[in-house]
Amino acid sequence: MSTIFGVPAPALYGQILIGLINGSFYAMLSLGLAVIFGLLRVINFAHGAQYMLGAFAAYLLLTYTGIGYWPALVLAPLIVGAIAVLIERFMLSRLYGIDPLYGLLLTFGLALILEGAFRHWFGAAGQPYAAPPQLTGALNLGFMFMPIYRGWVVVASLVVCIGTWLLIEKTRLGAYLRSATENATLVQAFGVNVPLLLTLTYGLGAALAALAGVLAAPIYQVSPLMGTNLIIIVFAVVVVGGMGSILGAIVTGYMLGVLEGLTKVFYPEASSIVIFVVMAIVLLVRPAGLFGREE
Amino acid sequence: MSSAPLLEVRGLNAWYGESHVLHGVDLDIREGETVTLLGRNGAGKTTTLRAIMGILRRREGVIRLRGKDILGLPLHRVAQAGIGYVPEERGIFASLNVSENLMLPPTVSDGGMSVDEIYTLFPNLYERRSSQGTKLSGGEQQMLAIARVLRTGARFILLDEPTEGLAPVIVQRIGDVLVALKKRGMTILLVEQNFRFAKKVADRFYLMEDGRMVNSFPGHELDARMDELHEVLGV
Repeated sequence: MSTIFGVPAPALYGQILIGLINGSFYAMLSLGLAVIFGLLRVINFAHGAQYMLGAFAAYLLLTYTGIGYWPALVLAPLIVGAIAVLIERFMLSRLYGIDPLYGLLLTFGLALILEGAFRHWFGAAGQPYAAPPQLTGALNLGFMFMPIYRGWVVVASLVVCIGTWLLIEKTRLGAYLRSATENATLVQAFGVNVPLLLTLTYGLGAALAALAGVLAAPIYQVSPLMGTNLIIIVFAVVVVGGMGSILGAIVTGYMLGVLEGLTKVFYPEASSIVIFVVMAIVLLVRPAGLFGREE
Repeated sequence: MSSAPLLEVRGLNAWYGESHVLHGVDLDIREGETVTLLGRNGAGKTTTLRAIMGILRRREGVIRLRGKDILGLPLHRVAQAGIGYVPEERGIFASLNVSENLMLPPTVSDGGMSVDEIYTLFPNLYERRSSQGTKLSGGEQQMLAIARVLRTGARFILLDEPTEGLAPVIVQRIGDVLVALKKRGMTILLVEQNFRFAKKVADRFYLMEDGRMVNSFPGHELDARMDELHEVLGV
């Protein structure tokens, strides 16, 4: 069996693939967090719960109405996005203009309530959710076997990330979003309905988390705590990328996912802390993050 | 000339937090007029513009545009009522390029300048349309800030110290632009410290002191009132 740096090649490729998949979720989740933080200045601690809600929406749609994976990929983000719009309109919007800590506390509280409620109803154990039949099986890449569903997740998350980036960088709506991130009052004084823009942005961020949740359901199972496990890492990704930087969130997400995978191969003991070590180093050397602007 | 003013401000009071900064300001601007606010730093000129625009929210009194009350409107509806705002700090966005900055404010009515007309009026902006907005020189940023509201079709423009900190040749250029806008029938409320510049464009002056309007007079009286102005303005 061939080896690379003393590690069997299939093990290395396998961990890189797992790293890419984890990175896909880091990227999609930190992207939403970065967009929300950039415009609303809210540190959305409910992001993990919204990811979990997306997975549960898919699971419940299937269990109670027979609606399968493909429609759920659209419906779950819409449902969770709609809930987020209500949260922004009736709760978060009351906290603008005061200490950002209140937004953090509100969303943290919401996350605890949601996760507690789902644990009460469904227990802490995960519910299985099958991948759609079109995406089962594995592909022989020559150097390794790749489960088709995992390849799909990597491709889908790339499309979602690039699509969101194009929306923000290349469209008129994105120009509103970028300019309002700099000076919301002036943008509103030009006649842009900024309160509506804030509502939609929070909805979009939550919908992205929910979409990630649906994609994750066949891989990690559907459990009330699936978001809690992920959200702390995702916050580290956002900090490393640079708070509010869209491109930073995407690139850093994949990068740290792969780095974590490689660490599992070469020094497994460090794999669960490597992201936080990187975060500490970045904060020391470049406090604004890899892609952040110094303010 | 129609009898009702385009903009009618009556007894306008405004506060920054607890601090009472405008004390019963009255102001009338007729369609097509260029009116200049004079006053020392801190007299309340910029505050008056911000209060009219609705950026400063804590206000009492009456602000009517074409007879319609705009004081109660949400901020984004004021621009939609047909006012273009060019802030003192120019407000060019760093995360947008020149062309995106230009296209940012939504159209508020028909009859705005086309992008071609704007680039003809400001050839520099055309050459630098792909540059980051804040990479422009101060003069170019000011041109962009003005050009931006001309595109929207707003017929009434609030201009806050457009010549501040700019070289004489640029000031001249901005003066030419304002004269051209007047010819097109635009209504302009200008805050300006530069007398010579203001004299060239203003039909009437208002003089502010300590958050109050203390005097108003037609443009041609400016020279005759120089002594009085020097006393109030301390220049």
